[in-house]
Formats: sequence, C-alpha cells, structure tokens
Amino acid sequence: MAAPTTYLEAIRQGIWEEMERNENVFILGEDVGVYGGAFKVTEGMIERFGEDRVIDTPISEAAIVGAAIGAALMGMRPIAEMQFADFIACAFDQITNFAAKCRYRWGAGVPLVIRGPSGGGIHGGPFHSQNPEMHFVHTPGLKVVAPSTAYDAKGLIKSAIRDEDPVIYFEHKFLYRRIKEELPEKEFVVPIGKADIKRSGSDISVITYGAMVHNALEAATVLAEEGIDLEVVDLRTLLPLDKERILESVKKTNKVILVHEDVRTGGIAGELAAIIAEEAFEYLDGPIMRITAPDTPVPYSPPLEEFFFPKTSDIIRVAKQLATY
Amino acid sequence: MAANVIMPQMGESIFEGTITKWLRKVGDFVKRDEPLFEISTDKVDSEIPAPASGVLSEIRVKEGETVQINTVVAVISEEGAAQPAAPQPDVASQESRNSTRLAAQPSIGKVERDEGGQTVRSSPLVRRIAKVENVDLSDLEGTGLGGRITKKDILGYLTERQKVAEVTRPMVQQVAQDMAETLQSGVDRTEVVPMSLMRKSIAEHMVASRRISAHVTTVFEVDMSRIVQLKNQHAQDFLNKEGIKLSYMPFFIRTVSEGLKEFPMLNASIVDTNIVYRKDINIGVAVALDWGLIVPVIKNADEKSFLGLARAAVDLAARARRKRLAPEDVQNGTFTITNPGVFGSLLGTPIINQPQVAILCIGAITKRPVVINDAIAIRSMAYLTLTFDHRLIDGALADQFMVSIKAKLEGWEEKLF
Repeated sequence: MAAPTTYLEAIRQGIWEEMERNENVFILGEDVGVYGGAFKVTEGMIERFGEDRVIDTPISEAAIVGAAIGAALMGMRPIAEMQFADFIACAFDQITNFAAKCRYRWGAGVPLVIRGPSGGGIHGGPFHSQNPEMHFVHTPGLKVVAPSTAYDAKGLIKSAIRDEDPVIYFEHKFLYRRIKEELPEKEFVVPIGKADIKRSGSDISVITYGAMVHNALEAATVLAEEGIDLEVVDLRTLLPLDKERILESVKKTNKVILVHEDVRTGGIAGELAAIIAEEAFEYLDGPIMRITAPDTPVPYSPPLEEFFFPKTSDIIRVAKQLATY
Repeated sequence: MAANVIMPQMGESIFEGTITKWLRKVGDFVKRDEPLFEISTDKVDSEIPAPASGVLSEIRVKEGETVQINTVVAVISEEGAAQPAAPQPDVASQESRNSTRLAAQPSIGKVERDEGGQTVRSSPLVRRIAKVENVDLSDLEGTGLGGRITKKDILGYLTERQKVAEVTRPMVQQVAQDMAETLQSGVDRTEVVPMSLMRKSIAEHMVASRRISAHVTTVFEVDMSRIVQLKNQHAQDFLNKEGIKLSYMPFFIRTVSEGLKEFPMLNASIVDTNIVYRKDINIGVAVALDWGLIVPVIKNADEKSFLGLARAAVDLAARARRKRLAPEDVQNGTFTITNPGVFGSLLGTPIINQPQVAILCIGAITKRPVVINDAIAIRSMAYLTLTFDHRLIDGALADQFMVSIKAKLEGWEEKLF
C-alpha cells in the first residue's frame, strides 16, 4: 500500500492509467494542458502525453463538447473537462440533444466523458457551487456518476472512460483534497450503476451521494452512541439508479432519509421517494424524509451558504425524529 | 288461516337457538299454549308453547338444527285444514332481514373496543406483518408517536407469541397425539358426542372467567348447629302450611344478602377500569341438572321475607329441572352461591360467575368434634369458602365479609315465619 491518495489524485491516476492503456483516450478543456487544470487534475499530463492528447481549448463549453462528440463518433475516447460543472449548461444542447441521442437515432455510441467539478462548501457563490446533475439524470441516453471517495473516484473515472456511451462525471470539489485513503496498487474499476453500502445499519437508511455521504457517516457515528443505527447508502451512480440495492436497504431498515445538496424540487430525492413508495410501500414503518438544499441559488455569503447546504446536524435531527416515529 | 311458529328470542344478546326436541309430529292437533318443542340457547333450555291451536302441518327445522331467531320453524294450519300452509315469501324475507340485521350487530365488547381504540395507527410495514402473521393490531400497545404501533412493537409481540407457542406447543401436541391414539386404538371403546349448547356455553364461560378474574379462595369453618336445629324444628311446618320443602339455602341467601349490603364491593363488577356497584342484590343459586348446570337468580333477595326466599329457591330449582326457566330468570345476577355440600363435598374452590366478583361455596354440614371452652363438643360444622376476584377485593375485605356471614349463621335470630 502506498501513502493515502486524495480524491483529486485518484481521479488524476485513473485518467493517467486509461491514457497509458488506450492511445485513443485524450483530454480537452480550458487550461487543462500547460496550466494542468484549474484544480490541477490534469497536471503533468501534457508533458507525458503531448499536445495532441491534452488539448487546451477556447472558453466555449459548447465547442468543447461538440468537438468531443465528433471525435468520439470517429472512434476516439475524449475526456472533456468543464472547469466548473456550473458551465455545463452552455453545452446543454450538445449533450442532451446530440450525445444522448446518437445511439437511439443511428445506433452510434458516443464514448465521451464529461468531467465537471460540482458542489459547494467552498464559498464559490451561485456560479461555482451548483449541483447540475438532475438536468442530465432527466435525459435518457446519458449516464451520470458522482463518486464520494478516492477509491470510487478512481474506479468510476476508469469505467466512464471505457464506457461506450456518454458519461457525465461529477467530481465534488469540496472533497478534492479533504478526502484521502490508501488505494490498492493493483488495477481496479468501479462499475457504473452500482450503489455501495458505506455503512451497514439496522434502523434507518440514509440514501445520498457525493459530499453528503461523509455527513451521513459523521451523523451515523454520533447517533450510534444514542442507539440509532444508520445505514448509509452511497448511490455513486445517479443514472441508471441501482434500484435493487436501494430497495434492499429500505426493506431491511424500513425507514428512509434521502439527502442531497442539490435543491429540493426536482432533486433525485423526489425520484427515490417515488420508487420506494411504489415498490416498497409495505416495508415502510415511517414517512420518507428528505434533507436537501432549499429552492434558491447557492448564496455567496458564507453564513448563508452554511445555512443553505444540508449539514450533519440536520441528518442527526431528522434521524432522531424518525427513530421515535 | 295458518300460523307461523318462529324461533323466539330468549334474551337480549341471543341471536340463534337450537331445536333440541319436537314434542309433536306433523299432523298432530295442537292446542294454543301447549308445549310444542324444546330449544336450547346459550343461556337457557326451554319449552316453547304453540302460538295457536290447529294442526301441525309442517316442521321446517329438524331436531338438532340451529337457526336464527324469528326464523319460521313450523306452521300450524287452521283446524281441519290439513294442507300445508302456502309459503309467505314476503313475511319470511322480512323476518330473515330482521334477524340478519340483529345478528350483524357487533357484540358489546367489540363496540367498546372500536370506540376506545378508534383506528389503530400503524404503518404499511406493520400492517403487512400483521396480515402475514395473522395479528390483530388492536391487541397491541403502540409505543410510537401518538401511540402508533411501530415495527419494534409488532416484532416484539411476535417474539413473545413465539415464546408462548414454544412453551405450549409440545403440551398441546402431546395431548392431541394422545387423543388421536386413543381414538384410533379403540374405536369401539370410545364414543364421540358433540357438546350440547349448554356444555359449550359452560366451557367457554369457565375458561373466560379464569382468564378475566384473579381468583383467590378463603376458607371459613362455621358452626351450623343453630341453623340445623331451626331447620329440623320448622321443616314440617313449612311443608304443611306452605307446601315447601325447607332447605338450608334460604338461610344462606338471607345472610349473604345482608352481608352484601354491609360490603357492597362484593356485589360489584369491574367494567374497564371502573368499579360498578350494583344497587340490586340478585343472588344466583347454582342448580345441578342431569344435563349440565344452570344458575337461576333470585332478584332483590334483600327485599324478600324468609318465606319468600324459601319459596323462590324451591320454585327456581324446580323450574330449572323442568326446563321452564324464562331468560330473565337467569339474568342480572350480582352474586352466586353454590352448594356442592349436598353431594358430600367438604369444601370447594368455585369459579366466579362473570361479571360478578365473588362466589360462596357451601360444603357439607357434618357433625364434628369441636373444642368449645376447652371441652370437646359435637357440633354440626360446615366449611364455607369464598372465591373472590383479587383485582377488586383484597383478602382482608373478603375475610370481613366471611366473618359477618359466619356470625349471622351462628347467631341466627330472625323468625322463619
């Protein structure tokens, strides 16, 4: 085992390994080359793989994704970086109307990965803190992943690069250098579409993804001392959802809290609540609870941002209520 | 005109009756008010008189069949008109509607629970488990928010139920197995007879009472010499003047009704968590029958003279043996006396007659050597036992009651005429 690897370094390793493995894999994006990326995810890659495979582009997300789709259709495996996931909206038409529908219309796969640092907690304000995942979860033809650990980040970026269809890869920027763990030296991948039980428990299932997984684990540690045993389910992939694993957990604990830092209305918690109500109604021993951000833009003011995002204390409070229900 | 003979309603909560015997055959001439058939309900066995004179033209319900009240069981045709009565569908369906409606009314216990429990709060999970495991959720106490039955509650209940089942199953299985073996090994050595309605009713009542009340029994020895002397002295007078065979029973009824006035808690009932004091003193006296047991009730025993009590006791016992008790004769008892002493029993520990809270058992009156003022004397002695419901009555109160009864019997002062 090597020294602990950060979440950011895990993504970098994953991309690096895949670029070594397959010469059709290449990177394009704003400042990904000489500068090494805004967050330094692609640092050192231009030196190793050259300008042809690590391409600095103009500030146009639509152009980046459009060019990537074209390359993918021609047999390449592009990794397009959105400097902040917030700006993926500029490429919305290319992604949802083009990349997502090529296989349906022509049977042509688009093996494209779009990486985007998402999420808040870093005082980024309304344009550098968003969680735009649901725009794409709502689009058939795409895959959407959002890892919470270094292991999953590395394993999922490798699976995303190898996938024959477009994968939107949301990496949580709050976790970049805060989360680290020892990774196996042996090569590994994490399959797309599989949720992971990050903590097994018997009383309440907390179903979440991304940075909120860590809040849920923190809450579980606190609540364990009070005799409330949380199970933490990390979705890892938002599209397609791992319904089997989700329902299995609900049927075991019979109570559910759905947590995400995305805004409430149209968040994935609503979709999960509907699935659980439809397919596990007779296993519920309490109301399905949601903990989410409110329906507003992400505030810039640090106290407001602190209020805006769900916190460990919110999970503890709701879990206690639900436990006594 | 033809007259329909219907199954009568023998008491408020009776909705069906069994015809045990037809006393007349089809074609017989019957007179109004003469006994036509015998019925058995879970309260009384009774002879039912013919509602009109005429020819019994049709018997619709055979012996042994149970039908709802108001069902037409037979038809009596006008004298001379031997034709079976024409069916009267309108009346019949009207009657069956009535009886259906009556039968559909839930019992009192059920109503109380529904009113008290409202809708049982649970969850989809709890309801599913209840359905699969065949659990009546109203049997559970909810510990969740607002008394909601939670997963923990029902799983706890099931665990308990499992434990009980594990303890009792081997026992029950053994008994059932023994029974089956007995029946198989000696088919010609056994006889299987279905229980009569009365037997079933007694069986249910006894088990229910043991479950409901906390039975405790206290034993007193009473010197009956004075009562024996009084009875022997007046027995002939009673027979000559009143035509009554004097027994010990009126003495006991008298002392008990006085004792109940003194200690009204023994004349009470428990309803939910309330004590219901009964203002009437209605004393039931157990009468052994060849086919079972019945407890006719002497109403307002405290308001009757000694002669009245003696007459009532004889009358009720006689009517019980002749199956002539009316439903009201066995209802509304507030205390019961049972007298196995007449069969030689020394003392008994009877089961309380619900919803009463105590029952007095009189043992055999026998001459025994007893010590009086350090001398041995021969006295007529009897063991009196009181079984009481410890939920309501504590030992001290029960014993005070018994001390009072004992004193009254040993120092009897009332004139018998």
